[in-house]
Amino acid sequence: MSSSRWLVMVAFAVTLALGVAACGSSSDETNGGGSSSGGEVSGEIAGAGSTAQQAAQEAWIAEFENENSGATISYDPVGSGGGREQFMAGGVAYAGSDAALATEEGELEKAEKRCEPGELIEVPDYISPIAIIYNLPGVEELQLDPETLAKIFAQEITSWNDPAIAKDNPGVELPDTRITPVNRSDESGTTQNFTEYLSEVVPSIWKFEVSGDWPVKGGEAASGTSGVVEAVSAGEGAIGYADASQAGELSVAKVKVGKEWAEPTAEAAAKIVEESPLDKELSPGKFTIAYELDRKTESQGTYPIVLVSYLIACTKYGSASEAEAVKAYAEYVVSPEGQELAAEQAGSAPLSSALTKKVTPAVEAIEAG
Amino acid sequence: MSPVDTTTNAGQLLAAASGGRRRRGDRVFSRTAVVAAVTILALLAGVAIFLISEGFPAFTHSAAELPEGKSFLDYVAPLAFGTVLAAALAALVAVPLAVAVALFITHIAPPRIALTLGYLVDLLAAIPSIIYGLWGIFVLGPAAVPVMKWLEEKLGFIPFFEGPASVTGRTMLVAGLVLAVMILPIVSAVAREAFAQAPRRLQEGAQALGATRWEMIRMTVLPFGKSSVISGAMLGLGRALGETMAVTIILSVSGAVSFNLISQANPSTIAANIALDFPESSGLAINALIATGLVLFAITLVTNMGARAIIARSNQE
Amino acid sequence: MESASHPIQVGGSLKLDRGAGSLPGWATWAVLGGSAAVVAAILIAAGAFTVALTLVFGTVLSAIVLYAWSRAVEGPRRALDRVMTLWIAAAFGLAMIPLFSLVFEVAKRGIPGLSAEFFTSDARGVVGGGGAAHAIVGTLVITGVATVISVPIGIMAAIYLNEYGTGRLRRALTFFVDVMTGIPSIVAGLFAYALFELFLGPGIRLGVMGSLALSVLMIPIVIRSAEEVLKIVPDHLREAAYALGTPKWKVITKIVLPTALAGLVTGVMIAIARIVGETAPLLVTTGVVDSMNTDPFNGRMQNLAVYAYNEYRSPGVMKQASYDKAWAAALTLIAIVMILNVAARLVYRRYKTEIR
Repeated sequence: MSSSRWLVMVAFAVTLALGVAACGSSSDETNGGGSSSGGEVSGEIAGAGSTAQQAAQEAWIAEFENENSGATISYDPVGSGGGREQFMAGGVAYAGSDAALATEEGELEKAEKRCEPGELIEVPDYISPIAIIYNLPGVEELQLDPETLAKIFAQEITSWNDPAIAKDNPGVELPDTRITPVNRSDESGTTQNFTEYLSEVVPSIWKFEVSGDWPVKGGEAASGTSGVVEAVSAGEGAIGYADASQAGELSVAKVKVGKEWAEPTAEAAAKIVEESPLDKELSPGKFTIAYELDRKTESQGTYPIVLVSYLIACTKYGSASEAEAVKAYAEYVVSPEGQELAAEQAGSAPLSSALTKKVTPAVEAIEAG
Repeated sequence: MSPVDTTTNAGQLLAAASGGRRRRGDRVFSRTAVVAAVTILALLAGVAIFLISEGFPAFTHSAAELPEGKSFLDYVAPLAFGTVLAAALAALVAVPLAVAVALFITHIAPPRIALTLGYLVDLLAAIPSIIYGLWGIFVLGPAAVPVMKWLEEKLGFIPFFEGPASVTGRTMLVAGLVLAVMILPIVSAVAREAFAQAPRRLQEGAQALGATRWEMIRMTVLPFGKSSVISGAMLGLGRALGETMAVTIILSVSGAVSFNLISQANPSTIAANIALDFPESSGLAINALIATGLVLFAITLVTNMGARAIIARSNQE
Repeated sequence: MESASHPIQVGGSLKLDRGAGSLPGWATWAVLGGSAAVVAAILIAAGAFTVALTLVFGTVLSAIVLYAWSRAVEGPRRALDRVMTLWIAAAFGLAMIPLFSLVFEVAKRGIPGLSAEFFTSDARGVVGGGGAAHAIVGTLVITGVATVISVPIGIMAAIYLNEYGTGRLRRALTFFVDVMTGIPSIVAGLFAYALFELFLGPGIRLGVMGSLALSVLMIPIVIRSAEEVLKIVPDHLREAAYALGTPKWKVITKIVLPTALAGLVTGVMIAIARIVGETAPLLVTTGVVDSMNTDPFNGRMQNLAVYAYNEYRSPGVMKQASYDKAWAAALTLIAIVMILNVAARLVYRRYKTEIR
């Protein structure tokens, strides 16, 4: 063989060797911290779904992998719709969804079918307020009542110095800037929760159908929670809705609840879930716990634009190692430690003790081994 | 056809001497070559079969079952429009610039640095498309916002600049400009080849007769390179039509068919639409997406064939 | 610039005028500088100074002044020549701005994300931190497998087209290779996904699926460039070999390929550089994962392009850290591509055989 051919082959061999060496070095890494209790789990499972849950899932996965060095968990934040789709098709072991599986389009049925011969598990694992973020230099505090909010996002109010906004904010100097409403371009549980709120509280203004797809054309559309946050950050006069944990440094508006102006805090979000009943229609099985949020609430200390995000799994899986891994991971997610971690890292409201008591038997029903 | 000339005595001897082994080697090798050729055709056939069979249900099902409740034609029309609009915008900006760049490198820049300049332009082609997307959304978009405001104020009567100008810069105009930068190196590379090969005698003759450099370029180089430039433009157009990631990241998709280049309500392009919707789709929605892929493929095919036809025709002249 | 010669009467469009004199050599630069200064002064006075506006209006003003001055001194034809040269140079400058802006911005935003950790550890078990080693290795593996698939097939097909092909198969192949260059990258990804889903069920994500999708994109590039290079190898080399009784396959492997080797390697490297940054097909085929995976046939594999896209789109808890990593991954991608491009050209220059 000619020397130049050798040269090329050597170059490729070196590159591959470097790659393998890099692989070797990192898998030798010992992930210190976290005592490995007896019965470490191993195996590889994949989940997908809500972008709102993404920060929490990242934290859960990191901690879980630290304690179970043989396990590999992945979570693909494609959006609640995508997560449910992939779960129903059997492509992922668990899904994160901002909306409970619906009865329209037979989602609930399909999911139950996927889990056969086992049963469907659907439990809340992430409760977080949806913040109304805006970018208006010079206006630090903003108050909006539900009507004004709906009109802004329905594009009926187009300028920041509109009298309706001025009425909600006495004494605040509002500029003459055009309002740019920002919405999600992908199918999103955040959208679904927000539009649910609008259509329940001000149905006379918000006449659109409630779904994961934003119904109003002509606004600024961005992909993913971070897309909305980016767009609002970049655009003067922009206003959008996103999971509060991702709002970062952006200004957040207060929303009128009853006679008070409520802020999107974790406590306020937890309170409203406590006060809400189970949704019987969407919780047919033993292990499906879906909530029907009372968004019209006027009680103090609540924030009604809230997102209850669910963990969707099955009680039985094809392989024993998959079942074991899912069970251990799900148990960690709903445990007080897991919820504290999510509160710390993602700003969510930990499941209340009453809720935890309801939810734990459901994930423990996963048949491992 | 025998590889050895068996009409001569020497040839016959040689053929006889090592006949068996040589012919087997030849057979094996030529068969391998043919197998490779056939594999590629099979691969392509596979892609075509996939597109048609998976996309077909979208053509036959009723509007109610398809995504967004529209008939397939209504679904794909704004996407096709957006695709062609973005690509046309890109070509409109890129082709004149590419011709200028090619002329500069081949005729105006000092020969020593011309090679380096060529490398620099080719480097643009090597930058991955996702980086163009990030650059578009973090750099070009915000920089374009004041320009778009100005366009809306001064030229708002033209449908292209009707506005209201987007505040984030994620518009068809910016997407088109980013695509233009992406296809510039492709068009310029082809143009450079052509301009460099314009017959020296014609050029020198013109100069000897006292033509200025620009006149020489206009009279000899440009006409010579015209068909190559067109084929380069078509190549670039093909690339712009199929570009996915840059458009996916940049464009704010919330509108329908519109020539408004500076607003936040834009139609999507076929490729970007697939990238955005595929993860959350199932069933008939996936079929619909693949069917739009088929439409895109058809558009690209027509563009390529048009290019070939134009080149063939100008070669005949 | 050339000075005027004495007038010659020539018919047709080449009317030579009585060029009186010529502008001094520093004329163009003086006009440029002067115009820039004037425009800048006006803008500052109007409170609207930006570099961009100065450049744009400065160029326009320069063109006008240069034309007027040159026309008065040198005559209209030479004036036009000067102005056109100015415009062409300006266009080149305009085309270079995005390139520099791109490299500058990616470097500026990406360097904060670079660190030893970035290159040596994956993102497993770490929140908001971790490195991209799994993505780097993934890119190398996926691209490597795609190269291993595409190069033999592509080069053999080019050999077929150039050395063997006749008639219908050849014409069909040429046409279809053209068609293949037009496949949108996401369609190639969907095809690879559908193919594997057929056999392995839904939701399957493997490194090798990404490689297959990339191969579909890479093969036509390899074929086109290989074909060009093989065509250049002069026939007299082949004929000399045949005359000595060499069998055809040996002529190809011992004479044609080595002669064309430098060009072939360059073509392959350019093809690799083209696909190493492809994101769309990999999004739908290889999946997303935090951990290192070197097995393309088993499990999800991360790669730089999808990694960068993900870190941007879903930044997670520590947003700036994620953005930093996205830009750092982009910077690494550009570096890989640049290295490949430069290496390709070096290989070509070093190893190309001069054909006399």
